Amino acid sequence: MIALSDYLIFGAILFTISMAGIFLNRKNIIILLMSIELLLLAVNTNLVAFSHYLNDVTGQIFVFFILTVAAAEAAIGLAIIVLVFRNRKSINVDDLGSLKG
Amino acid sequence: MTFEQFIFYLLGAMAVISGLMVITVKNPVKAALWLVLAFISTAGVWIMAQAEFLGLVLILVYVGAVMVLFLFVVMMLDINLAQMKEGFTKYLPFGAIAAIATFAMMYMVLGPAHFGLEVTGNPVQHPADYSNTKAIGVPLYTTHAYAFVLAAVLLLVGIVAAIALTLRRRAPKEVLYQDINKQNKTSVKDRLTLVKMDAVVEKPVASKGEESK
Repeated sequence: MIALSDYLIFGAILFTISMAGIFLNRKNIIILLMSIELLLLAVNTNLVAFSHYLNDVTGQIFVFFILTVAAAEAAIGLAIIVLVFRNRKSINVDDLGSLKG
Repeated sequence: MTFEQFIFYLLGAMAVISGLMVITVKNPVKAALWLVLAFISTAGVWIMAQAEFLGLVLILVYVGAVMVLFLFVVMMLDINLAQMKEGFTKYLPFGAIAAIATFAMMYMVLGPAHFGLEVTGNPVQHPADYSNTKAIGVPLYTTHAYAFVLAAVLLLVGIVAAIALTLRRRAPKEVLYQDINKQNKTSVKDRLTLVKMDAVVEKPVASKGEESK
């Protein structure tokens, strides 16, 4: 029998990997987006595991909505990346400082 | 170790290794393909947790749609690979320390001391004819119907935003556009001219036999 802590630790490992990915790939905005997708996946794994152990299907419905939001976010994020590349001919994060924020 | 645990650890190790590859490989196309593997193995883990519908949705929606979108975008852009990996080694110690510290803190909370089998007890094992899709679908369309409609609106907003962001007008010499205003303003007399002229009667061509008479 797989314990709940196994699922949770699996989710935690994925979460920390993608968090490290955000730290390491500061130049590449595409890898940053992929890391955010992985982060959401780790969180969803926790919700699925708790839903299984508490025998309550609401957690899985929550995952369903998170998947919807993540898909919309990925589509808009990629559209913004295409737009940035079209205007600046580069997707290097360092080149995006024109707003001087 | 039971067979179930073996499958779980296999899928988990696959997901972790492919997650590590996603953040370390140089080429974004390869990173996207590793991310596909991470999604598929995590879908397997979800199916082991008796969330069959969500596991299949993860493969269909994520691997089938979102990752294909990622691959399209990555292949359309001309990415300077050498520039992209700049600073990787510079940030590596910092990132590793932050990741290990976060994981250590998470382990203290999520570890077997708090969520082990002795604490939580065994989960309910559903019979073979139990339908996970039905169990999700009934509350989704009744209790959570409002949130479901909002999710649909969110997807519509996503479509409109993505199209509106990437749509552009190109130079008229590159591509031809339809000008609806101009089309509506045209009238018959701009396009069609009626000319009065006398009817011209052509003389019949005489055949050879008649000519000789």
